[in-house]
Amino acid sequence: MAARLTRDEVAHVARLARLELTDDELERFTSQLDAVLDHAADVASLDTAGIPPTAHPLALVNVLRDDVAVAGLARDEVLAMAPQAEDRRFRVPRILGDET
Amino acid sequence: MSGHWETVIGLEVHCELRTETKLFCGCRNAFGDEPNTNVCPVCLGLPGSLPVLNRRAVDYAMRIGQALHCDIRRSIFHRKNYFYPDMPKDYQVTQYDEPLNVDGWLELPDGTRVGIERAHMEEDTGKTQHVGVSGRIHGADHSLVDYNRAGVPLVEIVGRPDLRTPDDARAYVTELRAILVATGASDGKMEEGSLRVDANVSVRRPGGPFGTRCEIKNLNSVRSLGRAIDYETRRQIDLLESGGRVVQETRHWNEDEGRTTSMRSKEEAYDYRYFPEPDLVPIDPSEEWKAAVRSALPVLPAERRRRLAAAGGTTPGDVALLVELDLDELVTAAIAAGAEPRLAINRAGNELAGDLEAARHLDPARFATVCRMEADGRLTATQAKQVLAEVLASGADPEAVAETRGFRPIESGALDIAVADAIAADPEGWARYLAGEDKVAGAFVGKVMKATGGKADGKAVTAILQARRSSAG
Amino acid sequence: MSAVSLAADVRAGRRSAVDVIDEHLARIEAGDGAIHAFLEVTATAARARAAAVDARVAAGEDPGPLAGVPIALKDNLCTRGVPTTCASRILDGWRPPYDATVVSRVVAAGAVPLGKTNLDEFAMGSSTENSAFGPTRNPHDPSRVPGGSSGGSAAAVAARFAPLALGSDTGGSIRQPAALCGVVGLKPTYGLVSRYGLVAFASSLDQIGPFAATVADAATLLGVIAGHDPLDSTSWDAPVPDLLGALGRGVDGLRVGIVRELGGEGIAPDVAARVGQAADALAAAGAKVDEVSVPAARYALSSYYLIAPAECSSNLARYDGVRYGLRVPGDDIGQMYGRTREAGFGAEVKRRIMLGTYALSAGYYDAYYGQAQRARTLLIRDFAAAYESFDVLLSATAPTTAFPLGAKTTDPLSMYLSDVCTIPSNLAGHPAASVPFGTGDDGLPVGVQVLAPALGEVVMFRVAAALEAAAPPGAGR
Repeated sequence: MAARLTRDEVAHVARLARLELTDDELERFTSQLDAVLDHAADVASLDTAGIPPTAHPLALVNVLRDDVAVAGLARDEVLAMAPQAEDRRFRVPRILGDET
Repeated sequence: MSGHWETVIGLEVHCELRTETKLFCGCRNAFGDEPNTNVCPVCLGLPGSLPVLNRRAVDYAMRIGQALHCDIRRSIFHRKNYFYPDMPKDYQVTQYDEPLNVDGWLELPDGTRVGIERAHMEEDTGKTQHVGVSGRIHGADHSLVDYNRAGVPLVEIVGRPDLRTPDDARAYVTELRAILVATGASDGKMEEGSLRVDANVSVRRPGGPFGTRCEIKNLNSVRSLGRAIDYETRRQIDLLESGGRVVQETRHWNEDEGRTTSMRSKEEAYDYRYFPEPDLVPIDPSEEWKAAVRSALPVLPAERRRRLAAAGGTTPGDVALLVELDLDELVTAAIAAGAEPRLAINRAGNELAGDLEAARHLDPARFATVCRMEADGRLTATQAKQVLAEVLASGADPEAVAETRGFRPIESGALDIAVADAIAADPEGWARYLAGEDKVAGAFVGKVMKATGGKADGKAVTAILQARRSSAG
Repeated sequence: MSAVSLAADVRAGRRSAVDVIDEHLARIEAGDGAIHAFLEVTATAARARAAAVDARVAAGEDPGPLAGVPIALKDNLCTRGVPTTCASRILDGWRPPYDATVVSRVVAAGAVPLGKTNLDEFAMGSSTENSAFGPTRNPHDPSRVPGGSSGGSAAAVAARFAPLALGSDTGGSIRQPAALCGVVGLKPTYGLVSRYGLVAFASSLDQIGPFAATVADAATLLGVIAGHDPLDSTSWDAPVPDLLGALGRGVDGLRVGIVRELGGEGIAPDVAARVGQAADALAAAGAKVDEVSVPAARYALSSYYLIAPAECSSNLARYDGVRYGLRVPGDDIGQMYGRTREAGFGAEVKRRIMLGTYALSAGYYDAYYGQAQRARTLLIRDFAAAYESFDVLLSATAPTTAFPLGAKTTDPLSMYLSDVCTIPSNLAGHPAASVPFGTGDDGLPVGVQVLAPALGEVVMFRVAAALEAAAPPGAGR
């Protein structure tokens, strides 16, 4: 069965998911994911012409709330969780471009 | 520049909605508060949190759609997945291929229609401040993130690429802003970021296919918009004429340097992996709701221009300024109270525009009276302006003001004598006037004005001169 | 002792809640070293809460239907001020600033949380071996898995550390461990129980549900947590039916369908035999039992392993080291993201994030995620057709009894197959319950699954109660 997933594709996907995988992981995941996708091929080849997708098992619409303010979290509580805080805000390392 | 080039501009405007609370949670939607004080598990995207949609935000978004003549449709939310520190969930909840409002248009004051492709709902991100030497992202040492703005409701309005000049683009933004403010959905404060504009710019040969476009960001004012389009147009034309190729990318407008610089390449379009947001259900506004939104819409700028133009017997373009200044209702009321339309429009655009605060309290009937007094010849133009200024300032009765200042119209007998004296003093000029040189009349009017201490009405003098000429045979 | 009787004793003042809690804490102290059901035992808070319950009783107030009943909470349920790790390094030490809605509700009903139980990391797994803090062992045989992902909660009830527990079920994560541990466990109709405060794995599939030793206890707990929550947009807005009332009504005249596609070769013979026995018991009690086909169930496993990872890849993007949890430093933010997530996530989580990212990526969306959502529609239609002729459906819960630790960890695909019977209900949004029904050839528990249509909890409980009454002796401990 020809592999449908190449190592390069897996590396690209890892980048999209911001996972800095080791070479070992790349190798292993490539074959493991390939096996899963192979198994999922039965769905890929199903004839679903004219069948709408189900995004929700429940048929709810128009769930809305009133535009009324509700107390949120205290800033101290929020910043206490932060790995690094500075000047009342969350500190992060430099951002190199418009994308990270 | 060799040969003719045409600029093609499409604008994307992000409009913050004037709701009390955020799009998906009850945190306050407020500008300028202390960092990270309007946050909760939902807008911070804490594990386990879930969004619940703000009814008023939907209402405002529908108002915008209706004001822009869009179809309002059943819509759903999608997730747009990408990583950035101002994004608490590292995905943005937005609308993708099933948006709320589609296929509308907007009318510019000069009557041109600009297509609106869509106006959809989405949540805003937090704010990042880059700390380093310049405060710009390049060369920064680290960044600080404030999530107060994260989750604020936005409507993104995507205009079709129907604009062709920087002036058009500026007119579009000005008109759109006026519409958004009129609907009540936005406060229109570009300086606070409630309204943000990105411009898609490309060039092409007239009649040819569309060129590659670049998206320009960081336009903080209508003026920047015009300057940036000018710069980008020249940049692209220079590139193409020297044999180069325009790369599809996002560019940053640098206000100080007056140029755009490349931010990222859109050629390899970022893969956002959109899929329907499973934590939210579809919005399907009922016909009743749509009708309620429609009937709650105030009169919009285009319609106000039309009404004033109709009352004033002129074109919507002529009265655009008055609508922009919010003087149209005053003028329309004054015309209804008997003011001469052209005069009322002129006086409003010139004299009232100088003191809009006072104009807001000006009684249309009094304004009409001043205009009537001028049209009847009881006040000269100069006198009318002075009376108007005082009525504006004090709200006094125009007749009383004229009386106090001694602005009595000069009685016709005295006027005849003054005209006769002026003619006698310049027989050569009179001969030329008799021969048909109309412009000589101006000199006579001037002399009569001087002789009567400004009390003569220019039009009345001209009328006398003409009558004398006619009867002279 | 059932939770319901325990609560009755406490409300009547016959027993003190503090005594009850002490008794259970002592059992945990003595026995959890070998089992590792708990990641965190909140003894001090539990005693304080028990004392508060007793004070209310003394004051003549009613503390609620679960007064003084100890309850264990899966560690992907947010508990204010108490670490909630989801068994992951990336949330190691994180304390939520708020309680999940279900936690508030059980506490309001008088229950006393004893602590947070172990799970497969971020609820991804079928054995609890994917926990970053070590596996949980099956109380019936410590060399075996308890199932997953809610292995800790299932084991806690099986080991009698608590009569009640809450877990979450996305592809069978309550029902399968319930079967493997010999306790009752169920997944409610999607939307019946609020997800607010449940750390999301796959949003359109996740549901919180009860573990208990008896069907009546499970129904009682469900009654406490079920019902509309304005904080969850996918929460069903309709009154919760009386779940306990129907329990004793029996199954006379009910139509029971044995699902063909959930049987066959994939099910171990001893497990299949128990399902057959269960069907016979229902028939003997007056039900009409027959076979039924739900054709699209054949594609359920594949659809699930495209939909669930896709949604999880997006739900887990927020774990990026910026606002809470683990941060591994980097020279720039991109490096920080990559290193933090690499160090913070275990292998199974990474696999699923990758699979999901791929299934959603440009060029593949329609072939994978899009197709899976359409296959889901087909499944719902096939279920609807089946429910025209049947009131409930029946199947094995898990294909085998509890397997040994380490038996399936080298081949992810073999682990995924453990969920073949449970996944269809998640995709359809239907309720399903696992009821202990005898043992396998190895003496380990077997569970039989009752499936019902959406909002069919009442009929599901009727049949579950009947199975419980007819069940052969269990594994016993």
